[in-house]
Amino acid sequence: MTAALAAEQALNGLQLGLMLFLMAAGLTLVLGIMDTINLAHGSLYMTGAYLAAAVYAAAGSFLVAVVAAVAGTALIGALLEMTVLRALYRRDHLSQVLATFAIILIANETIRMIWGPQPVALPTPRALSGPVELLPGFLYPAWRLVLIAAGLGVAVLLFILVTYTRAGMRVRAGASNREMAEVMGVDVKRLFTVVFAIGAALCALAGALLGPLLAVQVGMGESILILAFVVVVIGGIGSIRGAFVGALLVGIVDTAGRALLFPALASIAIYVLMAAVLFWKPQGLFPARG
Amino acid sequence: MKVSLHTPAAGWWWAVAVASLAAFPAIAAHFGQEYYVGLATRMLVFGIAATSLNLLVGYGGMVSFGHAAFFGTGAYAVAALADRGVAAPWIAWPIAMAVAAVLALAIGAAALRTRGLYFIMITLAFAQMVFYLVVSVKALGGDDGLSLAARGIGESALFYTALVLAVLAVYGLRRLANAGFGRALQGVRENEARMEAVGFPVLRIKLAAFTIAGAVAGISGALLATLNGRAGPGLLDWPQSGQLLVMVILGGVGQRFGGFIGAAVLLAMEEVLSPYWVHWQLVLGIVLLAVVLRAPRGLAGMLARG
Repeated sequence: MTAALAAEQALNGLQLGLMLFLMAAGLTLVLGIMDTINLAHGSLYMTGAYLAAAVYAAAGSFLVAVVAAVAGTALIGALLEMTVLRALYRRDHLSQVLATFAIILIANETIRMIWGPQPVALPTPRALSGPVELLPGFLYPAWRLVLIAAGLGVAVLLFILVTYTRAGMRVRAGASNREMAEVMGVDVKRLFTVVFAIGAALCALAGALLGPLLAVQVGMGESILILAFVVVVIGGIGSIRGAFVGALLVGIVDTAGRALLFPALASIAIYVLMAAVLFWKPQGLFPARG
Repeated sequence: MKVSLHTPAAGWWWAVAVASLAAFPAIAAHFGQEYYVGLATRMLVFGIAATSLNLLVGYGGMVSFGHAAFFGTGAYAVAALADRGVAAPWIAWPIAMAVAAVLALAIGAAALRTRGLYFIMITLAFAQMVFYLVVSVKALGGDDGLSLAARGIGESALFYTALVLAVLAVYGLRRLANAGFGRALQGVRENEARMEAVGFPVLRIKLAAFTIAGAVAGISGALLATLNGRAGPGLLDWPQSGQLLVMVILGGVGQRFGGFIGAAVLLAMEEVLSPYWVHWQLVLGIVLLAVVLRAPRGLAGMLARG
């Protein structure tokens, strides 16, 4: 394999990993703080992609489309949390699996009723559709660079938010010991709604950014949802840092596997990685609960 | 969840249900509705698979999100044997069951080191490995799956086989739940640490239950492949595991008839609604959500309460 191909695959792996991180960040917080399995997380990703496609077609500006998709999905996420998820926090994992599975069905059918069964077009903005010459003779798609930059930017922002702000401190307190945080005066109810809405917003961002690369269609959320769960489990439930490391690991292993092995074996590779991590570190790489 | 360890014998309606099911093919033939025999067989087959999962989830407290691995393996075993000229179900089905049991023993031995959420995820991971492995093997038909050239058994014989196995599954579940092994399994569900301290071989008990459940799921998958005349990758993929879990929760976790009630209701809804409205899954979603929020013990729990 030439150096250029290796560099290209490394960038692809980084890009996939960062997008997975956007999905996994919200998922790991919901799991860590609220101890709730949310299978419908992928539906928020799908909602974001569809909203972005609709607004882009109407307004013609990708930036407006992304902002609208993020804001709209965050609102939907907050409403979902207040109407359904809130009733599930004190229930067992089984009930959560069934209820959020039901939400997937409802979301898929609602989208199918509005937009029809065919995939929806979400084209790359024209100015960014070509390749960029990173080094002399080394071309790389501009849009993937945008994804890498956006992913890194959000990761840094989240890291600052979680590590250095009071709200972030509350989130970390909730993830490591929810009862204690409640007793110490954290308004957990409001915190949950806000965390859920932020998670939904990150999903929408990933959906809108990945839309031009992957097909915007019903069911797109389910395939990435499983990958996001793998990331969360590898990283350690409730840990943003773990989600970041886990996402990059999964992104790189998956991309390298596809380039070096058969595609089917590459799909197996990430599950082998996850099983191996759970075998040696049953709490994931960075457990949030001490 | 407050569950009495001793499971009582079923009432008279249990005998009535089996008798009317036994008469069903004759009644359907009388009205010229043989199609419904196939549907009833499908309900029984999925009911058996859901019941095996209920043994894990409801009695052992092990929420497996990878039951499709054993269900699909049973189906593929039958299809692969038929591909090599072994069409007789009486040979193929036990082999399918054994293959699924061995797979469950291997996966269980590794997965049962974890518990709770991590167990849900590691069973999913192993099931996905099996899925991708099978899809990548050319001899197993790749993305298209395998078709059975000949069924090797008649429609009504298949129905009666499914009915007998279903009765055995329910009866076996009751016997198991009341035997020492089943009591110990429910003890592990309630308090694993205490059972360990009292001296029960907790891991062996869980692994035995996991293997039994895998074997039963394997034979139900074998029946389904025979019924459908094919084994496809969809039977191994994670939505299939999700569907089986939905059947268990809908019917009633830890309720003896939960698996069958859930399978029958889910498949009946699909059968009744899908011809009338393409968006019937919207109705399904709303019904499932209502069941979770309003009937935490599933439909069987609702019936038992009267």
